Parts: sequence; structure tokens; C-alpha cells
Amino acid sequence: MIAALRAELRKVATTRSWWLLALVMGAYMLTMAVIMAGSFILAMRQAEEAGQPADISGGLGGDGAAVLDATTVATSVYTLAVALGYIFPAILGALAVTTEFRHRTITPTLLAEPRRGLVLGAKLVAVIPFAIVVALAGVVGTVVGGAVTLALFDEPTLLGDPEIQGVIGRQVLALVLWALVGVGFGSVLTNQVAAIVVLLAFTQFVEPLLRILLAQFEATEAASKFLPGAAGEAIAGSSLYVSSGLAALLEVWQGALVLLAYAVVLVLIGRVTTFRRDIG
Amino acid sequence: MVDVPVAPVPSPSADPSPESALDPAEGVVVVTGLTKRFGPVLAVDDLTFAVQPGRVTGFLGPNGAGKTTTLRLLLGLARPNAGTATIGGRPYADRRQPARHVGAALEASSFHPGRTARDHLRAYAPQLGVPDRRADEVLAQVGLADAAERRVGGFSTGMRQRLALAAALLGDPQVLLLDEPANGLDPEGIAWLRQFLRWLAAQGRTVLVSSHVLSEVEQTVDDVVIIARGRLVHASSLAGLEALARPAVRIVSPDATGLASLVDVQGWAPVTRFAGPGEATVFDHRAAEVGAAAFARGLELHELATADTSLEALFLQLTADPEPGMPPPPVQPFAPLPGQGVVP
Repeated sequence: MIAALRAELRKVATTRSWWLLALVMGAYMLTMAVIMAGSFILAMRQAEEAGQPADISGGLGGDGAAVLDATTVATSVYTLAVALGYIFPAILGALAVTTEFRHRTITPTLLAEPRRGLVLGAKLVAVIPFAIVVALAGVVGTVVGGAVTLALFDEPTLLGDPEIQGVIGRQVLALVLWALVGVGFGSVLTNQVAAIVVLLAFTQFVEPLLRILLAQFEATEAASKFLPGAAGEAIAGSSLYVSSGLAALLEVWQGALVLLAYAVVLVLIGRVTTFRRDIG
Repeated sequence: MVDVPVAPVPSPSADPSPESALDPAEGVVVVTGLTKRFGPVLAVDDLTFAVQPGRVTGFLGPNGAGKTTTLRLLLGLARPNAGTATIGGRPYADRRQPARHVGAALEASSFHPGRTARDHLRAYAPQLGVPDRRADEVLAQVGLADAAERRVGGFSTGMRQRLALAAALLGDPQVLLLDEPANGLDPEGIAWLRQFLRWLAAQGRTVLVSSHVLSEVEQTVDDVVIIARGRLVHASSLAGLEALARPAVRIVSPDATGLASLVDVQGWAPVTRFAGPGEATVFDHRAAEVGAAAFARGLELHELATADTSLEALFLQLTADPEPGMPPPPVQPFAPLPGQGVVP
């Protein structure tokens, strides 16, 4: 297992994709955090002038929509990494498998270690340190962009608040779990382009839409908590969706288990499909 | 394997590798009744052959004959529908660190273009249990020492072939299975590869080299295994294959009856099956004898030619697609190529 792990670590380390993903995620989250913080500040200022409390949802959410206060603004902005950026670690994880098929290096990989389950397991573990780097880049980008913007407009950054710190820190765990989901997804859908397109479509379009739709009905609202994106946000403990009053989240530990379950189920499916078939 | 200079390959006598360290029984490759079906296509059809250590064996057949599939079955990358494939008596995947025993180069494109040559090899070093410096050793062995830090994406086909070979050598394996290793190599590279493979075999290693062109490996191989349409058509030493190539003379006369009676009188065993009337191919005789006999009978000849008895012609005939409804052609050194006029 150690040898297989070292091999997989080297495979990721010797390509550029992991730090490119970290770089792009950091820059993207920084930009989004600046825009989001700016929008909240603008909304608060306008509401102040009108003499009424600002509502975060803009009419989209239900009754639970939070009033825009310092805590809501800070948590909403600081959790953008897990709410919007989880596509990056997911792609990182998927690439760990799909590049092997795209460049047909799966052949030498399985020649070096014919125990295919071991190879897949090693990939799962090897992706973690790189996922941590990508996650940190995203979280740091989010917090820096958000805090600097808030500070510039003399709004409280709340970075000293232990609860806020916990929310920020737990995003790293959520994003790392997303990388594991990515490995599982890549092992099920080995076509690299297809895997990235489906991941993008699901995380950026399908799931947000599903969450809004499911939240509209009492019967389905509970189900929306178990969507992978919602589970990821549950780990952080808050998100833009919650502040908007769209849906409640699971407990932190429940969220972690649900996201981990997605990863495990996908990896198992990949094991009995892709990794059982003839190679080449 | 240490202290191996870059090309030119040292002569076998200067070989530092201890031959006695290799157990010949561990080097025998055995394929028995191997069958692999892809949907309606029988890619490998009840294939049986053995490959001996200390020799270079050519694994030959036209494109699509099932060579690569056979190698993949040998390496545990694909599962056969029937039959077994073992190396040293065991299936590939049953070994721990199998790449230390069997080195394979299946395609010259199994690289991540963004990785350097050295990084590509080092990615596999931990699982093979070899030190990282082994990567530089094998790169030097295949003449890629200067390209170690270059990204593989910028490599020529020939360089990729060499890197694939380096990857196969990484575990210093006793058995080498190489799929079309000469593809994309320049003539100099091919000459180098020949020497290199001979050198490896001289150390007692088993070297199996696939090719769709016999002439490419003719000067390198000791043994040949020829397959076509997934089936074995010939397996022997190269000398055994050469023995099949009998001398033959092709004659053409405007007087078909005269020609037939000449053949009759002389007691020749002509082959006219593939020829039109007035044509014959005479085996085991020289052009001078055939010409003299025709002259003595006053038979007008329009053509008198020594038939192509090259191994390549024989190979083409052995592996040729049989005509629909016809049995496979008998082993003869002379047959029309596909597309030429054939009169059954």
C-alpha cells in the first residue's frame, strides 16, 4: 500500500493540474468574495437609507430569510469556497483517475500493480494532500477577498469570532471530501472531458436548481439536505443558501458522513465497472 | 544490471550481467488454448505457443491478427474467454511486483505529455521496488539520458519508443514483451534496437517482439510465432521458417498444351492453381534446368523467372486472408498477392 501510495502521489505531483487548480480556485474565490461582500454592503447601505432592515434573499427565499447583519454577511461571504468552489477539488479528484485513461497510463499503472482495488484506494488517499492545498487556496482566497472588502467599507470582518473561524476552517474538510467524491466520479466516468463537463453541469447548475426546487415543498425539503453540495455546506455549518432561507442543513458530522458516503459509493461503483473491465 | 553503456550496445562477451542468476524455467512464456472474444469477433482463437528464454522471438502477424490482444492477456490487462497465459509458470497478476520479472512495452503513447521522462519512470519505481536512480540508468541505456528532464509531450515517436522500452527495463526484468518496438524508429534506431535485443537475449532473458513486418525483425529473431486472424499459423525457429521457402521457377508459355506436357514429361510438381493456363511454377528446380528442358522440347517461353522466395513473401502467404469458400493456401513460397488476378 505504501508503494502504491508513493506512486500515486508522484503521479499527481509531477503534473501541473493540481497547482493550476489551486491557483485558479484561489483567484476565483477571491473575486467572488469581493463581489459578494460588495453586494451585501451595497444592499445594507441602501436599506439603511430606506430605513428598513435588509433582507438577504432578494425575494427568492422563504420566511426564514435572514436579516442582513454582520454575522450573516460574514458567514455568507466566507463560505463561498464550499458553496461555489467545490468544483475545483472535485475536478482534482476526477483527474487523478481520468488522466490515466486519457493518456493511457492506466496500462503501465496496472502493470506495476495488478491489484486494481489497491490502485484505486491509493489514488483516493494520494489525492488528499493535494486537495488540502487546493482547498486552502480557495478558502484563503475567499477570506482575504471578503475580509479586505468588508474592512475597506468599515464593516466588521468578524475574523476573531471563534464560530466564524470554525466555519472557515471546516470548509477545508468539506473541500477535501469533495476531492474524494471526484476520485469516485472519475472512476465511474473515465472520459476526462465528459467527467469535467458533467461535474461542472451538476455542481453549477443541476444541484443549485434542485435545491431551490426541493426546498419549495415540505415533502422534498428534507431530501435537499442530502444533496452533495448541501452536505458539503453542512460541514462548514453555514452557507449562502441557508442565509437565504432556502433550506436547513444537516449537522456537521452528518454532512461529513453524507459526503463521504457519496465518495465511497462512487468509488465502489468504479471498482466494479471501470476497474473490473479489460484495459486497452 | 549496472554499468551498461549507452548505445552502441556492448558485445555479449562484455556482458556484466550474471547469466547464472536467471532461472530459465522462470523465463518461459506459455500460451495454451487462449481465446478472447470481443462481441462477435474472435480476436484470439484457441492460440497455443511457447516462448523460450535466451532467445529473441518474433511474434508476427498482420495488423489485427491479435498480437496486442495476446500480449494484454499475457499481462493480465484483459481476461481471456478460455485458455491460460503464463510467464514462468504463473499468470502475470499472480506475482508480487510482477514488473520486476516481466517488462512490457505495449504502446508508445502511454505517457502523460506534461511529465518529464524521468518523472514518468519514477512514478512507477516505488511499486517495482527499485531506487529512483534506476530511472536514469534505463534512460541512459536507451539513449535518452539527455532528454531525462524534458516533457514527454515534445518527444518524437522514436523517443517515445525508447522511453517505452526504458519503462519496460525499469525493473530489470527477466522477460521482455515488446509490442512493435521498432515502429517510428529511424534506421539507425532499428539497428540499435536489434543489437540491444540480441544483447538482452544473450544474457539469458526472454525477449518477445511483436511486428507486422517480418523483414523488420528477420535479422534479430531466433524463433518466430506467426499468427493470423487470432490463430497460430506457424511457430518454429527462424531456420525452420526458412526451410519452408523452397526455390521455385515461374514459367509462362503461349503454348499451354506444350507447357502442360513439358511439366508432365519432366515429372515436375507444378503449381498452376493460382496461375492461368500457360503458366506454371516449378518447385525445387533452378531456372537453368527448367529453361534447358523447355528448350530441348522446343517450347516457346515468354517468361522464365526465379520466384520470390524471400521470407517476407512466405510470411505474406502464411498470413494471407483465405479466399471466401477456399481452404487456406498450402505452404508455398509463391502465391499471388491479394488484388492480383487469381484463377481458382
